[in-house]
Amino acid sequence: MIDTMSRAATTPAAPSTPASAAPTGAAPPVSPVGPAGAAPATALHGRHLLGIADLTREEILLILDTAEAMKEVGSRAIKKVPALRGRTVVNLFFEPSTRTRTSFEIAEKRLSADTLNIAIATSSVTKGETLADTVRNLEALSPDMIVMRHASSGACHLLARICKSRIINAGDGMHEHPTQALLDAFTIREHKKRIEGLKIVIVGDLLHSRVLRSNVLLLNKLGANVWVAAPRTLMPAGIDQFGVTATTNVDEAVKDADVVMMLRIQLERMQGNFFPSIREYFNLFGMTPERVKLAKDDVIIMHPGPMNRGVEIASEVADGASSVILEQVSNGVAVRMAVLYLLAGGGEA
Amino acid sequence: MPVVIDGQRMERSLARIAHEIVERNRGVEELAFAGIRSRGVPLAQRLAASLKHITGVDVPVGTLDITLYRDDLMRHPVGPQPLVRRTEIPFSIDNRRILLVDDVLFTGRTIRAALDALIDFGRPRAIQLVVMVDRGHRELPIKADYVGKNLPTSLSQSVRVRLEEIDGRDEVVVEETTS
Repeated sequence: MIDTMSRAATTPAAPSTPASAAPTGAAPPVSPVGPAGAAPATALHGRHLLGIADLTREEILLILDTAEAMKEVGSRAIKKVPALRGRTVVNLFFEPSTRTRTSFEIAEKRLSADTLNIAIATSSVTKGETLADTVRNLEALSPDMIVMRHASSGACHLLARICKSRIINAGDGMHEHPTQALLDAFTIREHKKRIEGLKIVIVGDLLHSRVLRSNVLLLNKLGANVWVAAPRTLMPAGIDQFGVTATTNVDEAVKDADVVMMLRIQLERMQGNFFPSIREYFNLFGMTPERVKLAKDDVIIMHPGPMNRGVEIASEVADGASSVILEQVSNGVAVRMAVLYLLAGGGEA
Repeated sequence: MPVVIDGQRMERSLARIAHEIVERNRGVEELAFAGIRSRGVPLAQRLAASLKHITGVDVPVGTLDITLYRDDLMRHPVGPQPLVRRTEIPFSIDNRRILLVDDVLFTGRTIRAALDALIDFGRPRAIQLVVMVDRGHRELPIKADYVGKNLPTSLSQSVRVRLEEIDGRDEVVVEETTS
């Protein structure tokens, strides 16, 4: 697990001249990556969004700020702007997804892009075609962007190396899910007005979670105090090297937390037994109303979905006053609009 | 770089425009301002304050960011995307007379984008255009209804409106661009 993560941090997926302070309309900047508190970014330096690992703090803030403007578009009577008119975006999903795929599709439509959905069940991958060939064939139709979800970690990085289109990672294996982390950060910032210094606790299946990896990377870049809690069997080895406080004691983690983020128990990725029973997991690690009381009064409860009620989260909590789970879903559209818009521009070719 | 309008002159122009707005609309009922980011917004707020002073009525002010409607978006193969900021129209524009406010009227392309953006919010009864400076060189059939000053310029010049709220002082300067 750790291998996957550290590789992501060092693999240059795209030409990566860091640009923390690119002046608008100017030549590609040559300045090195700025320290925290550098001038606001006005562009993303990469052509793709493969993971949070490739983004600077300033780029993350640029995406979140742009998403605020995009959110307003979604509140209008006519929820559509002409910004991406004439651009074609392919949504290539090799894994089942309802939330993320529809969220991307709505985001693309609100920006007036032409969209094309390809789901694995109907593609020629089932006839034995390789990923590279599938994508080369798609490229012959000259799309501008490809949004891809794939069960293999690093699949989007492979794509980015072989094709001309811009790639947006919509989740690759157990590696990263950058737009989820961005929408989580957006939701936290909306409620808390900041991210720096907050105690943010992530509880659940840490081992199989790409949401965890992207979130830890992002929250650390923005200066949060990140805690993670899980049974030993679901805790990646060496997790504390990622700048988080890891514990098997959920109560300790949740105490005085500003944000509690629950992760789904991914039964479909589990081969073997990670805990004795679902009931025991719920008792020891599930988010119950009693546990929520340990956190700060204004705590927000998050979940990337889909939820397993009664496994990682109690229904009373999922539907309770502190839950922002449905807001996360609506914010996902705004954040994805921001990413699509920012990547559709020039950037460094 | 010669200052063509100073702070005092700008204030007088805005006062005149405020009176023209009241006269032309026979009052301020059903009026609302939409200021185009960035410098149209403080201008709209000042005009709203003048209208309040003249008639005692609060005319609402909204903020329009036209970036997503620009006709030159996506036309540059390289270079960063323009920054998008929030549009805030906190009132229904249906059946209102909307006063669209910008600092400089030049090619008319910004106004074209603003009209498209406004229409996405509803169906105003009318849209009128207010600008501090009309510098000519239109590329689209667009004309201002209220003008602070008509300023004949050449294409090699640039016109800059500075406002207290954003730039620390009120003035309009014409600069020769070297490119």
